[in-house]
Amino acid sequence: MSILSLKNVTKNFGGLTAVNNVSFDVEEGEILGLIGPNGSGKTTIFNLINHFFPVSSGDIIFKGNNITHKKTHEIAMLGIGRTFQVVKPLKRLSVADNIMAAAFSRESTFEGAKRVTREVLEFTHLDHVAHQKAGGLPIAGRKRLEIAKALATRPTLLLLDETAAGLNPAELDEAIDIIRAIRSDLGITIIIVEHIMKVIMNISDRIHAIAYGTTITEGSPAEVAANPTVIEAYLGSDYH
Amino acid sequence: MHNDKFISKSEIGIFIFALVLPFIFDFSPYIQGLLIFVMLWVVLGTSWNLLAGYTGQVSFGHAAFFGIGAYAAGVPFFLFKVSPWWGLLFGGITAVILGYLLGIVVFRLRGPYFALGTLAAAEILRIAFGQEEWLTNGHNGILYITTWVSKYPYYFIILAIAAGTILTVKVVMRRREGYYFLSIREDEDAASAIGINASKYKNISMGLSSFWAGMAGAFYFIYMGFIDPETVFALHNISIISILVGIIGGVGTIWGPAIGAIIMVLLQETFRSAFFGFAPQWVSGMHAFVFGLLVIFVILYLPGGVVGDWDLIKKKLHLKRKSEMKK
Repeated sequence: MSILSLKNVTKNFGGLTAVNNVSFDVEEGEILGLIGPNGSGKTTIFNLINHFFPVSSGDIIFKGNNITHKKTHEIAMLGIGRTFQVVKPLKRLSVADNIMAAAFSRESTFEGAKRVTREVLEFTHLDHVAHQKAGGLPIAGRKRLEIAKALATRPTLLLLDETAAGLNPAELDEAIDIIRAIRSDLGITIIIVEHIMKVIMNISDRIHAIAYGTTITEGSPAEVAANPTVIEAYLGSDYH
Repeated sequence: MHNDKFISKSEIGIFIFALVLPFIFDFSPYIQGLLIFVMLWVVLGTSWNLLAGYTGQVSFGHAAFFGIGAYAAGVPFFLFKVSPWWGLLFGGITAVILGYLLGIVVFRLRGPYFALGTLAAAEILRIAFGQEEWLTNGHNGILYITTWVSKYPYYFIILAIAAGTILTVKVVMRRREGYYFLSIREDEDAASAIGINASKYKNISMGLSSFWAGMAGAFYFIYMGFIDPETVFALHNISIISILVGIIGGVGTIWGPAIGAIIMVLLQETFRSAFFGFAPQWVSGMHAFVFGLLVIFVILYLPGGVVGDWDLIKKKLHLKRKSEMKK
């Protein structure tokens, strides 16, 4: 059963169509990769799903409910968590307090939120920096804190926006392990936007490719990698 | 924020000290008045700090809540001779209602625009309360013969209000609301992405903040026995003072505004009295100038305020002492 469906979703910014008639389904328990060149509308799609921007037309269905016109915080409470490509840590709070703030979305008591925070810190390997200020974390830590905050809201669907960008090879492997564990251990469905092919090809079950806001193809990682339109979109039409 | 002890021993000590202070020393009425003003500024600064320091909504119009609280005690007295003491019940509630209505407009604004919106609100009230003479007696103000001649009873009342304000902040900042306030301050978009209803929690913060500012206003009328719009809705003497007390003591710290209030009242009185008569008369007009210099100094060198940057101050003093010893 599909957990999330985008039906003919379009977003115009003035005269610019950033997302043009995009439709796709995400099955429960899968990892869907969303790829496309810079500026093709990947992050905009995330911003439409969690309603940072209203859609211009089309519908977004989550677990059978139309969430197209719901507010950002309501969508988070329905179970869609997200990370930000340009990370948004709560800078002057400690790493643990960042996660506490997110944990309070499901826990009403201080003790309950603290328990969730401990679990999430351990899961995302952030326990050793728990009491550092979030603003002072290196980039790998900040990217993981994005995941940790989203996980603390107990999502059933997680939108990961370039959580592997800017990481070194060792950190990259750790990130891949964590993303895999989110699905296998926590049973969370994932949509992932990523430029690093090592990550996207390794962990996605299916890939949805877009260019200039329009769908160009969808299929298994191998199929998409071999697709000539995808190659053209990334490398230009001269590359054959 | 993870301090497991909710109220520390030193905090209880401070409260008991403030409570017995009038019994230890035989203060002159002048000093008694200063103590009351310190407490009044503690309430205003702490209330401002909850909204601005912890929730990031920098109000430039806290006089609106202070003034409406004062008039909540004053208007029923002026119109129907109802005892102003009822103000301690209605002052806070009236301010909360004003805060909610104001929030509908000003929470649409962010950053400096929010600051200007709140500033304008207080100014509108100041002018309106000056014009509507049937309700407020206009610029003639409302006069009431205070209940007691002695200042001591008033000291204990404002001490209780100050303790209530600080306790409110302490309780709230350990709960979900507190974490949400901080999240909204740090990044409103990130906050909504983790399920925080930013406008709801901004309203809660505004409600708590305006309640205590309104209580301070009601107390002011009961204590002073006179209010007029120019005094209680004053931009410089109320709205700006609330901000300065918070900035100098430490924005986003529990005890910052309390320390700020003590520093500011001492400084103001030292200058106003021209160093207690030892300096030439013209010094007495300098207190606003000195406040300005102090704010510039604090923002440049102690952005966390005296309490927020206490470790930094200790380190600096320590280093100085060490280098002096070497000499």
